[in-house]
Amino acid sequence: MKNRIQQDFTDILAKGIFTFLGYLNIVFVVVICFYLIISGIPAIFKVGFTDFIFGTRWASTAQDRAFGILPFILTSVYGTFGALLIGLPLGFFTSVYLAKFANKKVKSFVESTVDLLAGIPSVVFGFIGMLVLVPSIQYVFDLPDGSSLLAAILVLSIMILPSIIKVSIGAIQSVPYEYELGSLALGANRVETVYKVLVPAARRGISIAVVLGVGRAIGEAMAVMMVAGNVANMPGIFESVRFLTTAVASEMSYSSGLQREALFSIALVLFIFIMAINAVLNLVMKKRGKTK
Amino acid sequence: MNSLISVRNFNLYYGDNHALHNINMDIMEHEITALIGPSGCGKSTFLRCLNRMNDLIENVRLDGSIVYKGQELVNSKVNVSALRKSVGMVFQKPNPFAMSIYDNIAYGPRIHGVKNRSALDEIVESSLKKAAIFDEVKDRLKSSALGLSGGQQQRLCIARALAVEPEVLLMDEPTSALDPISTGKIEELTCELKKKYSIVIVTHNMQQALRISDKTAFFLLGDLVEMDSTDNIFTKPKDKRCEDYVTGRFG
Repeated sequence: MKNRIQQDFTDILAKGIFTFLGYLNIVFVVVICFYLIISGIPAIFKVGFTDFIFGTRWASTAQDRAFGILPFILTSVYGTFGALLIGLPLGFFTSVYLAKFANKKVKSFVESTVDLLAGIPSVVFGFIGMLVLVPSIQYVFDLPDGSSLLAAILVLSIMILPSIIKVSIGAIQSVPYEYELGSLALGANRVETVYKVLVPAARRGISIAVVLGVGRAIGEAMAVMMVAGNVANMPGIFESVRFLTTAVASEMSYSSGLQREALFSIALVLFIFIMAINAVLNLVMKKRGKTK
Repeated sequence: MNSLISVRNFNLYYGDNHALHNINMDIMEHEITALIGPSGCGKSTFLRCLNRMNDLIENVRLDGSIVYKGQELVNSKVNVSALRKSVGMVFQKPNPFAMSIYDNIAYGPRIHGVKNRSALDEIVESSLKKAAIFDEVKDRLKSSALGLSGGQQQRLCIARALAVEPEVLLMDEPTSALDPISTGKIEELTCELKKKYSIVIVTHNMQQALRISDKTAFFLLGDLVEMDSTDNIFTKPKDKRCEDYVTGRFG
Protein backbone atom coordinates (compact mmCIF):
# COMPACT_ATOMS: atom_id res chain seq x y z
CA MET A 1 0.00 0.00 0.00
CA LYS A 2 2.76 2.36 1.00
CA ASN A 3 4.62 1.40 -2.15
CA ARG A 4 1.63 2.36 -4.28
CA ILE A 5 1.34 5.78 -2.72
CA GLN A 6 5.03 6.33 -3.22
CA GLN A 7 4.69 5.44 -6.86
CA ASP A 8 1.77 7.78 -7.35
CA PHE A 9 3.72 10.53 -5.70
CA THR A 10 6.72 10.00 -8.00
CA ASP A 11 4.40 10.07 -11.00
CA ILE A 12 2.81 13.32 -9.94
CA LEU A 13 6.16 14.87 -9.10
CA ALA A 14 7.69 13.84 -12.41
CA LYS A 15 4.71 15.08 -14.34
CA GLY A 16 4.86 18.37 -12.46
CA ILE A 17 8.53 18.87 -13.20
CA PHE A 18 8.18 18.08 -16.90
CA THR A 19 5.16 20.34 -17.26
CA PHE A 20 7.00 23.14 -15.49
CA LEU A 21 10.03 22.75 -17.76
CA GLY A 22 7.81 22.70 -20.81
CA TYR A 23 6.08 25.90 -19.86
CA LEU A 24 9.40 27.48 -18.92
CA ASN A 25 10.29 27.46 -22.63
CA ILE A 26 7.15 29.34 -23.47
CA VAL A 27 7.91 31.81 -20.71
CA PHE A 28 11.34 32.51 -22.18
CA VAL A 29 9.89 33.20 -25.61
CA VAL A 30 7.12 35.40 -24.27
CA VAL A 31 9.48 37.38 -22.02
CA ILE A 32 11.92 37.99 -24.87
CA CYS A 33 9.06 39.03 -27.15
CA PHE A 34 7.63 41.50 -24.70
CA TYR A 35 10.98 42.87 -23.68
CA LEU A 36 11.89 43.52 -27.31
CA ILE A 37 8.56 45.13 -28.11
CA ILE A 38 8.47 47.29 -25.01
CA SER A 39 12.05 48.46 -25.29
CA GLY A 40 12.01 48.70 -29.07
CA ILE A 41 8.92 50.80 -29.66
CA PRO A 42 9.74 54.08 -27.86
CA ALA A 43 12.71 55.01 -30.05
CA ILE A 44 10.70 54.37 -33.19
CA PHE A 45 8.21 56.98 -32.04
CA LYS A 46 10.83 59.41 -30.81
CA VAL A 47 12.67 59.27 -34.13
CA GLY A 48 9.45 59.00 -36.13
CA PHE A 49 8.41 55.82 -37.89
CA THR A 50 9.24 56.95 -41.44
CA ASP A 51 12.49 58.63 -40.43
CA PHE A 52 13.51 55.47 -38.61
CA ILE A 53 12.58 52.84 -41.19
CA PHE A 54 13.18 54.83 -44.37
CA GLY A 55 15.88 57.20 -43.18
CA THR A 56 19.08 56.63 -45.11
CA ARG A 57 21.50 58.15 -42.62
CA TRP A 58 22.62 56.54 -39.39
CA ALA A 59 24.78 58.76 -37.21
CA SER A 60 24.12 57.76 -33.65
CA THR A 61 27.00 59.59 -32.03
CA ALA A 62 27.42 62.58 -34.30
CA GLN A 63 26.64 66.16 -33.36
CA ASP A 64 23.55 66.21 -35.53
CA ARG A 65 22.21 62.77 -34.86
CA ALA A 66 20.24 60.65 -37.32
CA PHE A 67 18.67 57.25 -36.79
CA GLY A 68 17.69 56.01 -40.22
CA ILE A 69 18.04 52.23 -40.53
CA LEU A 70 17.19 51.76 -44.20
CA PRO A 71 20.87 51.02 -44.96
CA PHE A 72 20.79 48.14 -42.46
CA ILE A 73 17.48 46.78 -43.68
CA LEU A 74 18.54 46.86 -47.32
CA THR A 75 21.95 45.40 -46.50
CA SER A 76 20.32 42.51 -44.65
CA VAL A 77 17.85 41.94 -47.49
CA TYR A 78 20.46 42.17 -50.26
CA GLY A 79 22.96 40.12 -48.28
CA THR A 80 20.44 37.35 -47.65
CA PHE A 81 19.19 37.42 -51.20
CA GLY A 82 22.71 37.36 -52.59
CA ALA A 83 23.69 34.47 -50.34
CA LEU A 84 20.65 32.58 -51.55
CA LEU A 85 21.47 33.35 -55.15
CA ILE A 86 24.81 31.59 -54.78
CA GLY A 87 24.08 29.10 -52.02
CA LEU A 88 20.79 27.76 -53.36
CA PRO A 89 21.94 26.47 -56.76
CA LEU A 90 25.15 25.17 -55.22
CA GLY A 91 23.35 23.42 -52.39
CA PHE A 92 20.54 22.20 -54.61
CA PHE A 93 22.77 20.57 -57.21
CA THR A 94 24.93 19.09 -54.47
CA SER A 95 21.90 17.50 -52.88
CA VAL A 96 20.58 16.17 -56.20
CA TYR A 97 23.97 14.65 -56.85
CA LEU A 98 24.23 13.14 -53.39
CA ALA A 99 20.65 11.89 -53.26
CA LYS A 100 20.54 10.30 -56.70
CA PHE A 101 23.87 10.00 -58.47
CA ALA A 102 26.70 9.64 -55.98
CA ASN A 103 27.82 6.17 -54.93
CA LYS A 104 27.57 5.23 -51.27
CA LYS A 105 31.19 5.99 -50.38
CA VAL A 106 31.20 9.44 -51.92
CA LYS A 107 27.81 10.18 -50.43
CA SER A 108 28.75 9.35 -46.86
CA PHE A 109 32.04 11.22 -47.19
CA VAL A 110 30.43 14.37 -48.56
CA GLU A 111 27.57 14.18 -46.08
CA SER A 112 29.89 14.01 -43.12
CA THR A 113 31.88 16.91 -44.56
CA VAL A 114 28.66 18.91 -44.82
CA ASP A 115 27.89 18.04 -41.18
CA LEU A 116 31.32 19.32 -40.27
CA LEU A 117 30.64 22.53 -42.18
CA ALA A 118 27.45 22.99 -40.17
CA GLY A 119 29.42 22.65 -36.95
CA ILE A 120 32.07 25.28 -37.71
CA PRO A 121 31.53 28.31 -35.44
CA SER A 122 30.62 31.48 -37.29
CA VAL A 123 33.62 33.31 -35.89
CA VAL A 124 35.82 30.87 -37.79
CA PHE A 125 33.96 31.62 -41.01
CA GLY A 126 34.50 35.30 -40.26
CA PHE A 127 38.16 34.74 -39.53
CA ILE A 128 38.82 32.86 -42.75
CA GLY A 129 36.80 35.46 -44.64
CA MET A 130 38.87 38.22 -43.12
CA LEU A 131 42.20 36.59 -43.87
CA VAL A 132 41.49 35.07 -47.28
CA LEU A 133 38.35 36.48 -48.86
CA VAL A 134 38.68 40.17 -48.04
CA PRO A 135 42.27 40.52 -49.33
CA SER A 136 41.35 38.48 -52.43
CA ILE A 137 38.43 40.74 -53.22
CA GLN A 138 40.59 43.78 -52.67
CA TYR A 139 43.20 42.38 -55.06
CA VAL A 140 40.89 41.01 -57.73
CA PHE A 141 38.66 44.06 -58.00
CA ASP A 142 41.41 46.53 -57.18
CA LEU A 143 39.59 48.17 -54.28
CA PRO A 144 40.98 50.30 -51.45
CA ASP A 145 39.37 47.85 -49.01
CA GLY A 146 38.00 44.36 -49.64
CA SER A 147 35.58 44.43 -46.71
CA SER A 148 32.29 44.63 -48.54
CA LEU A 149 28.80 43.36 -49.10
CA LEU A 150 30.28 40.93 -51.63
CA ALA A 151 32.54 39.39 -48.99
CA ALA A 152 29.58 39.03 -46.62
CA ILE A 153 27.46 37.42 -49.34
CA LEU A 154 30.16 34.89 -50.16
CA VAL A 155 30.64 33.95 -46.51
CA LEU A 156 26.89 33.70 -45.92
CA SER A 157 26.35 31.59 -49.02
CA ILE A 158 28.76 29.00 -47.65
CA MET A 159 27.24 29.18 -44.18
CA ILE A 160 23.73 28.41 -45.45
CA LEU A 161 24.89 25.44 -47.54
CA PRO A 162 24.56 22.75 -44.84
CA SER A 163 20.92 23.48 -44.04
CA ILE A 164 19.97 23.70 -47.72
CA ILE A 165 21.80 20.49 -48.59
CA LYS A 166 20.50 18.43 -45.68
CA VAL A 167 16.86 19.42 -46.06
CA SER A 168 16.91 19.08 -49.87
CA ILE A 169 18.48 15.63 -49.71
CA GLY A 170 15.77 14.53 -47.32
CA ALA A 171 13.09 15.96 -49.57
CA ILE A 172 14.41 14.28 -52.71
CA GLN A 173 14.94 10.95 -50.98
CA SER A 174 11.45 10.93 -49.55
CA VAL A 175 9.89 10.85 -53.03
CA PRO A 176 8.58 7.29 -53.50
CA TYR A 177 10.78 4.96 -55.54
CA GLU A 178 7.70 4.08 -57.63
CA TYR A 179 7.86 7.54 -59.23
CA GLU A 180 11.33 6.79 -60.41
CA LEU A 181 10.31 3.39 -61.77
CA GLY A 182 7.32 4.91 -63.54
CA SER A 183 9.44 7.51 -65.25
CA LEU A 184 12.21 5.12 -66.27
CA ALA A 185 9.65 2.65 -67.61
CA LEU A 186 8.42 5.36 -69.99
CA GLY A 187 11.86 5.56 -71.50
CA ALA A 188 13.12 8.60 -69.58
CA ASN A 189 16.78 8.59 -68.57
CA ARG A 190 18.03 9.18 -65.03
CA VAL A 191 18.64 12.90 -65.45
CA GLU A 192 15.17 13.48 -66.90
CA THR A 193 13.68 11.39 -64.13
CA VAL A 194 15.43 13.36 -61.42
CA TYR A 195 14.71 16.84 -62.78
CA LYS A 196 11.25 16.32 -64.21
CA VAL A 197 9.69 13.94 -61.69
CA LEU A 198 11.62 13.77 -58.44
CA VAL A 199 12.49 17.43 -57.99
CA PRO A 200 8.96 18.69 -58.76
CA ALA A 201 7.61 16.13 -56.31
CA ALA A 202 10.10 17.36 -53.70
CA ARG A 203 9.54 21.06 -54.30
CA ARG A 204 7.82 21.70 -50.96
CA GLY A 205 10.70 20.19 -49.05
CA ILE A 206 13.12 22.19 -51.15
CA SER A 207 11.22 25.40 -50.43
CA ILE A 208 11.57 24.62 -46.73
CA ALA A 209 15.31 24.40 -47.32
CA VAL A 210 15.20 27.85 -48.90
CA VAL A 211 13.34 29.37 -45.97
CA LEU A 212 15.75 27.80 -43.48
CA GLY A 213 18.65 29.18 -45.48
CA VAL A 214 17.10 32.66 -45.42
CA GLY A 215 16.59 32.40 -41.66
CA ARG A 216 20.18 31.40 -41.11
CA ALA A 217 21.55 34.15 -43.35
CA ILE A 218 19.47 37.02 -41.98
CA GLY A 219 20.23 36.17 -38.36
CA GLU A 220 23.98 35.78 -38.76
CA ALA A 221 26.04 38.49 -37.02
CA MET A 222 29.58 37.51 -36.15
CA ALA A 223 30.87 36.36 -39.51
CA VAL A 224 29.40 39.25 -41.47
CA MET A 225 30.65 41.78 -38.95
CA MET A 226 34.18 40.56 -39.59
CA VAL A 227 34.05 40.79 -43.38
CA ALA A 228 31.49 43.46 -44.27
CA GLY A 229 33.44 46.49 -43.09
CA ASN A 230 30.71 47.53 -40.68
CA VAL A 231 30.13 51.05 -41.98
CA ALA A 232 26.57 52.36 -42.16
CA ASN A 233 26.56 52.96 -45.92
CA MET A 234 23.68 52.37 -48.25
CA PRO A 235 24.45 48.93 -49.70
CA GLY A 236 26.50 48.49 -52.84
CA ILE A 237 28.26 45.33 -53.82
CA PHE A 238 31.79 46.70 -53.15
CA GLU A 239 30.65 49.06 -50.38
CA SER A 240 31.52 48.53 -46.73
CA VAL A 241 28.17 47.82 -45.14
CA ARG A 242 26.45 47.11 -41.86
CA PHE A 243 23.68 44.52 -41.35
CA LEU A 244 20.74 44.71 -38.91
CA THR A 245 22.47 42.18 -36.71
CA THR A 246 25.85 43.88 -36.75
CA ALA A 247 24.29 47.29 -36.16
CA VAL A 248 23.06 46.06 -32.80
CA ALA A 249 26.19 44.12 -31.94
CA SER A 250 28.69 46.81 -32.80
CA GLU A 251 27.23 49.71 -30.81
CA MET A 252 25.52 48.07 -27.87
CA SER A 253 28.57 48.02 -25.64
CA TYR A 254 29.04 51.80 -25.54
CA SER A 255 25.52 53.04 -26.28
CA SER A 256 23.33 55.19 -24.11
CA GLY A 257 20.06 57.10 -24.17
CA LEU A 258 18.21 57.34 -27.47
CA GLN A 259 21.04 55.54 -29.24
CA ARG A 260 20.56 52.51 -26.99
CA GLU A 261 16.81 52.62 -27.45
CA ALA A 262 17.24 52.78 -31.22
CA LEU A 263 19.41 49.66 -31.08
CA PHE A 264 16.56 47.85 -29.40
CA SER A 265 14.29 49.05 -32.17
CA ILE A 266 16.68 47.59 -34.75
CA ALA A 267 16.57 44.30 -32.87
CA LEU A 268 12.79 44.50 -32.99
CA VAL A 269 12.83 45.00 -36.76
CA LEU A 270 15.16 42.02 -37.15
CA PHE A 271 12.90 40.00 -34.89
CA ILE A 272 9.88 40.85 -37.06
CA PHE A 273 11.81 39.76 -40.17
CA ILE A 274 12.64 36.41 -38.57
CA MET A 275 9.09 35.92 -37.31
CA ALA A 276 7.83 36.55 -40.84
CA ILE A 277 10.23 33.96 -42.19
CA ASN A 278 9.06 31.46 -39.60
CA ALA A 279 5.45 32.20 -40.50
CA VAL A 280 6.22 31.46 -44.14
CA LEU A 281 7.95 28.25 -43.10
CA ASN A 282 4.93 27.14 -41.08
CA LEU A 283 2.64 27.95 -43.96
CA VAL A 284 4.70 25.88 -46.37
CA MET A 285 4.83 22.96 -43.91
CA LYS A 286 1.09 23.08 -43.35
CA LYS A 287 0.37 23.08 -47.07
CA ARG A 288 2.64 20.10 -47.41
CA GLY A 289 0.68 18.22 -44.78
CA LYS A 290 -2.57 18.94 -46.57
CA THR A 291 -1.64 17.52 -49.96
CA LYS A 292 -0.28 14.36 -48.35
CA MET B 1 0.04 -14.98 -85.15
CA ASN B 2 3.68 -14.24 -84.72
CA SER B 3 6.01 -14.61 -81.82
CA LEU B 4 6.81 -11.07 -80.70
CA ILE B 5 9.23 -11.88 -77.93
CA SER B 6 11.15 -15.11 -77.91
CA VAL B 7 13.03 -16.20 -74.86
CA ARG B 8 15.66 -18.92 -75.20
CA ASN B 9 17.70 -20.63 -72.45
CA PHE B 10 17.39 -17.55 -70.29
CA ASN B 11 19.04 -17.59 -66.86
CA LEU B 12 19.19 -14.94 -64.18
CA TYR B 13 21.42 -14.87 -61.10
CA TYR B 14 21.27 -12.57 -58.09
CA GLY B 15 24.85 -12.85 -56.90
CA ASP B 16 25.18 -16.58 -56.22
CA ASN B 17 21.46 -17.19 -56.26
CA HIS B 18 20.30 -18.76 -59.51
CA ALA B 19 16.86 -17.12 -59.65
CA LEU B 20 15.55 -18.06 -63.10
CA HIS B 21 16.48 -21.39 -64.68
CA ASN B 22 16.70 -21.88 -68.39
CA ILE B 23 13.48 -20.17 -69.40
CA ASN B 24 12.11 -20.77 -72.91
CA MET B 25 9.01 -18.90 -73.95
CA ASP B 26 7.31 -17.30 -76.91
CA ILE B 27 5.07 -14.32 -76.37
CA MET B 28 2.59 -13.84 -79.17
CA GLU B 29 1.27 -10.69 -80.75
CA HIS B 30 -2.15 -9.44 -79.68
CA GLU B 31 -2.50 -11.94 -76.90
CA ILE B 32 -2.63 -11.65 -73.18
CA THR B 33 0.04 -13.80 -71.60
CA ALA B 34 -0.42 -14.38 -67.88
CA LEU B 35 2.51 -15.28 -65.64
CA ILE B 36 1.32 -17.08 -62.53
CA GLY B 37 2.98 -18.81 -59.62
CA PRO B 38 3.56 -18.40 -55.89
CA SER B 39 5.43 -15.39 -54.46
CA GLY B 40 9.15 -15.43 -55.07
CA CYS B 41 8.95 -17.73 -58.08
CA GLY B 42 10.65 -15.16 -60.31
CA LYS B 43 7.77 -14.08 -62.49
CA SER B 44 8.06 -10.35 -61.70
CA THR B 45 11.82 -10.50 -62.14
CA PHE B 46 11.29 -12.15 -65.50
CA LEU B 47 8.80 -9.47 -66.51
CA ARG B 48 11.36 -6.77 -65.73
CA CYS B 49 13.86 -8.36 -68.08
CA LEU B 50 11.49 -7.80 -71.00
CA ASN B 51 12.05 -4.03 -70.91
CA ARG B 52 15.41 -4.01 -69.20
CA MET B 53 14.06 -2.67 -65.91
CA ASN B 54 16.31 -5.36 -64.45
CA ASP B 55 19.16 -2.90 -65.16
CA LEU B 56 18.14 -1.10 -61.98
CA ILE B 57 18.87 -4.07 -59.77
CA GLU B 58 22.44 -4.36 -58.62
CA ASN B 59 24.40 -7.59 -58.72
CA VAL B 60 22.35 -9.31 -61.41
CA ARG B 61 23.86 -11.54 -64.07
CA LEU B 62 21.99 -12.80 -67.12
CA ASP B 63 22.64 -15.32 -69.84
CA GLY B 64 20.68 -16.78 -72.70
CA SER B 65 18.64 -14.76 -75.11
CA ILE B 66 15.53 -12.62 -75.24
CA VAL B 67 14.76 -11.36 -78.73
CA TYR B 68 12.17 -8.64 -79.23
CA LYS B 69 11.50 -7.63 -82.85
CA GLY B 70 14.91 -8.80 -83.95
CA GLN B 71 16.74 -7.09 -81.10
CA GLU B 72 18.70 -9.05 -78.53
CA LEU B 73 17.88 -7.69 -75.08
CA VAL B 74 20.20 -9.79 -72.92
CA ASN B 75 23.56 -8.16 -72.14
CA SER B 76 23.31 -6.06 -75.29
CA LYS B 77 23.77 -2.39 -75.99
CA VAL B 78 20.15 -1.91 -76.91
CA ASN B 79 18.72 1.63 -76.80
CA VAL B 80 16.97 1.26 -73.46
CA SER B 81 14.92 4.44 -73.84
CA ALA B 82 13.50 3.33 -77.20
CA LEU B 83 12.93 -0.19 -75.89
CA ARG B 84 10.95 1.03 -72.89
CA LYS B 85 8.94 3.35 -75.11
CA SER B 86 7.98 0.32 -77.15
CA VAL B 87 7.56 -2.05 -74.20
CA GLY B 88 5.60 -0.15 -71.59
CA MET B 89 5.05 -1.11 -67.98
CA VAL B 90 2.31 -0.79 -65.39
CA PHE B 91 3.22 -1.41 -61.77
CA GLN B 92 1.63 -3.10 -58.81
CA LYS B 93 1.09 0.09 -56.88
CA PRO B 94 -0.50 2.90 -58.93
CA ASN B 95 2.30 5.44 -59.29
CA PRO B 96 1.01 8.65 -60.89
CA PHE B 97 3.53 11.49 -60.59
CA ALA B 98 2.82 14.40 -58.25
CA MET B 99 1.58 16.58 -61.10
CA SER B 100 -1.66 17.22 -62.95
CA ILE B 101 -3.53 14.49 -64.81
CA TYR B 102 -2.64 16.20 -68.08
CA ASP B 103 1.06 16.44 -67.24
CA ASN B 104 1.17 12.80 -66.16
CA ILE B 105 0.01 11.68 -69.59
CA ALA B 106 2.05 14.27 -71.47
CA TYR B 107 5.21 13.35 -69.57
CA GLY B 108 6.20 10.42 -71.80
CA PRO B 109 5.51 12.15 -75.13
CA ARG B 110 7.41 15.23 -73.91
CA ILE B 111 10.39 13.08 -72.96
CA HIS B 112 10.36 11.63 -76.45
CA GLY B 113 10.29 15.04 -78.04
CA VAL B 114 6.66 16.02 -78.63
CA LYS B 115 6.43 19.74 -77.93
CA ASN B 116 3.50 20.92 -80.01
CA ARG B 117 0.66 21.90 -77.71
CA SER B 118 -2.21 20.65 -79.84
CA ALA B 119 -0.42 17.38 -80.58
CA LEU B 120 -0.03 16.87 -76.83
CA ASP B 121 -3.68 17.73 -76.22
CA GLU B 122 -4.62 15.09 -78.73
CA ILE B 123 -2.34 12.45 -77.25
CA VAL B 124 -3.66 13.14 -73.75
CA GLU B 125 -7.26 12.82 -74.83
CA SER B 126 -6.81 9.70 -76.92
CA SER B 127 -4.67 7.97 -74.27
CA LEU B 128 -7.22 8.69 -71.57
CA LYS B 129 -9.94 7.39 -73.85
CA LYS B 130 -8.01 4.19 -74.59
CA ALA B 131 -7.64 3.63 -70.87
CA ALA B 132 -11.38 4.21 -70.38
CA ILE B 133 -10.90 7.04 -67.91
CA PHE B 134 -11.43 10.11 -70.08
CA ASP B 135 -15.06 10.68 -69.12
CA GLU B 136 -14.22 10.60 -65.43
CA VAL B 137 -11.41 13.13 -65.60
CA LYS B 138 -12.09 15.35 -68.63
CA ASP B 139 -13.27 18.24 -66.46
CA ARG B 140 -10.23 18.21 -64.21
CA LEU B 141 -7.25 17.54 -66.41
CA LYS B 142 -5.36 20.32 -64.65
CA SER B 143 -5.89 19.03 -61.13
CA SER B 144 -3.47 16.75 -59.33
CA ALA B 145 -3.46 13.09 -60.28
CA LEU B 146 -2.98 12.23 -56.62
CA GLY B 147 -6.60 13.21 -55.96
CA LEU B 148 -7.92 10.26 -57.98
CA SER B 149 -9.05 6.99 -56.43
CA GLY B 150 -6.72 3.98 -56.53
CA GLY B 151 -8.53 2.40 -59.47
CA GLN B 152 -8.59 5.65 -61.40
CA GLN B 153 -4.90 6.17 -60.66
CA GLN B 154 -4.11 2.76 -62.09
CA ARG B 155 -6.07 3.45 -65.26
CA LEU B 156 -4.26 6.79 -65.47
CA CYS B 157 -0.97 4.89 -65.27
CA ILE B 158 -2.14 2.64 -68.09
CA ALA B 159 -3.06 5.74 -70.11
CA ARG B 160 0.38 7.18 -69.32
CA ALA B 161 2.02 4.02 -70.62
CA LEU B 162 -0.16 4.09 -73.77
CA ALA B 163 0.70 7.73 -74.48
CA VAL B 164 4.15 6.81 -75.81
CA GLU B 165 2.58 4.35 -78.27
CA PRO B 166 4.01 1.09 -77.08
CA GLU B 167 3.45 -2.26 -78.75
CA VAL B 168 3.76 -4.35 -75.63
CA LEU B 169 2.38 -3.64 -72.20
CA LEU B 170 3.92 -5.36 -69.21
CA MET B 171 1.64 -5.38 -66.18
CA ASP B 172 3.04 -6.34 -62.81
CA GLU B 173 0.08 -7.38 -60.63
CA PRO B 174 -1.82 -4.29 -61.74
CA THR B 175 -4.90 -4.98 -59.64
CA SER B 176 -3.45 -6.36 -56.43
CA ALA B 177 -3.84 -3.00 -54.67
CA LEU B 178 -7.38 -2.39 -55.95
CA ASP B 179 -10.93 -3.20 -54.89
CA PRO B 180 -13.04 -5.71 -56.88
CA ILE B 181 -14.93 -3.10 -58.90
CA SER B 182 -11.76 -1.29 -59.98
CA THR B 183 -10.20 -4.68 -60.69
CA GLY B 184 -13.13 -5.54 -62.95
CA LYS B 185 -12.66 -2.31 -64.87
CA ILE B 186 -8.95 -2.90 -65.36
CA GLU B 187 -9.61 -6.46 -66.55
CA GLU B 188 -12.21 -5.28 -69.00
CA LEU B 189 -9.82 -2.62 -70.22
CA THR B 190 -7.00 -5.13 -70.59
CA CYS B 191 -9.17 -7.36 -72.80
CA GLU B 192 -10.04 -4.33 -74.90
CA LEU B 193 -6.38 -3.32 -75.21
CA LYS B 194 -5.19 -6.61 -76.59
CA LYS B 195 -6.71 -5.76 -79.96
CA LYS B 196 -3.97 -3.18 -80.38
CA TYR B 197 -1.29 -4.24 -77.97
CA SER B 198 0.37 -7.39 -76.77
CA ILE B 199 0.10 -7.81 -73.03
CA VAL B 200 2.11 -9.73 -70.46
CA ILE B 201 0.54 -9.70 -67.03
CA VAL B 202 1.88 -11.03 -63.76
CA THR B 203 -0.91 -11.99 -61.41
CA HIS B 204 -1.44 -13.74 -58.12
CA ASN B 205 -5.09 -14.04 -58.87
CA MET B 206 -5.70 -17.24 -60.80
CA GLN B 207 -9.30 -16.30 -61.54
CA GLN B 208 -7.96 -13.21 -63.20
CA ALA B 209 -5.57 -15.21 -65.37
CA LEU B 210 -8.46 -17.49 -66.31
CA ARG B 211 -10.78 -14.58 -67.10
CA ILE B 212 -8.53 -12.50 -69.30
CA SER B 213 -5.51 -14.37 -70.62
CA ASP B 214 -4.99 -16.38 -73.77
CA LYS B 215 -1.78 -18.06 -72.64
CA THR B 216 -0.71 -18.86 -69.14
CA ALA B 217 2.81 -19.59 -67.92
CA PHE B 218 3.25 -21.24 -64.55
CA PHE B 219 6.46 -20.43 -62.67
CA LEU B 220 7.72 -22.27 -59.62
CA LEU B 221 10.96 -21.61 -57.78
CA GLY B 222 12.60 -20.06 -60.81
CA ASP B 223 11.47 -22.69 -63.29
CA LEU B 224 8.96 -22.20 -66.05
CA VAL B 225 7.05 -25.37 -65.27
CA GLU B 226 4.42 -25.23 -67.94
CA MET B 227 3.11 -22.84 -70.53
CA ASP B 228 0.09 -23.44 -72.69
CA SER B 229 -3.22 -21.93 -73.67
CA THR B 230 -5.04 -20.73 -70.57
CA ASP B 231 -7.81 -23.29 -71.12
CA ASN B 232 -5.37 -26.16 -71.13
CA ILE B 233 -3.48 -24.92 -68.09
CA PHE B 234 -6.66 -24.67 -66.05
CA THR B 235 -8.50 -27.74 -67.34
CA LYS B 236 -5.85 -30.28 -68.26
CA PRO B 237 -2.43 -29.25 -67.01
CA LYS B 238 0.28 -31.74 -67.85
CA ASP B 239 2.46 -31.15 -64.84
CA LYS B 240 1.33 -32.30 -61.40
CA ARG B 241 2.73 -29.17 -59.67
CA CYS B 242 0.84 -26.94 -62.07
CA GLU B 243 -2.35 -28.86 -61.46
CA ASP B 244 -1.92 -28.58 -57.71
CA TYR B 245 -1.39 -24.84 -57.98
CA VAL B 246 -4.28 -23.99 -60.29
CA THR B 247 -6.67 -26.12 -58.31
CA GLY B 248 -5.62 -24.28 -55.18
CA ARG B 249 -3.85 -27.09 -53.37
CA PHE B 250 -0.88 -24.82 -52.59
CA GLY B 251 0.26 -21.31 -53.28
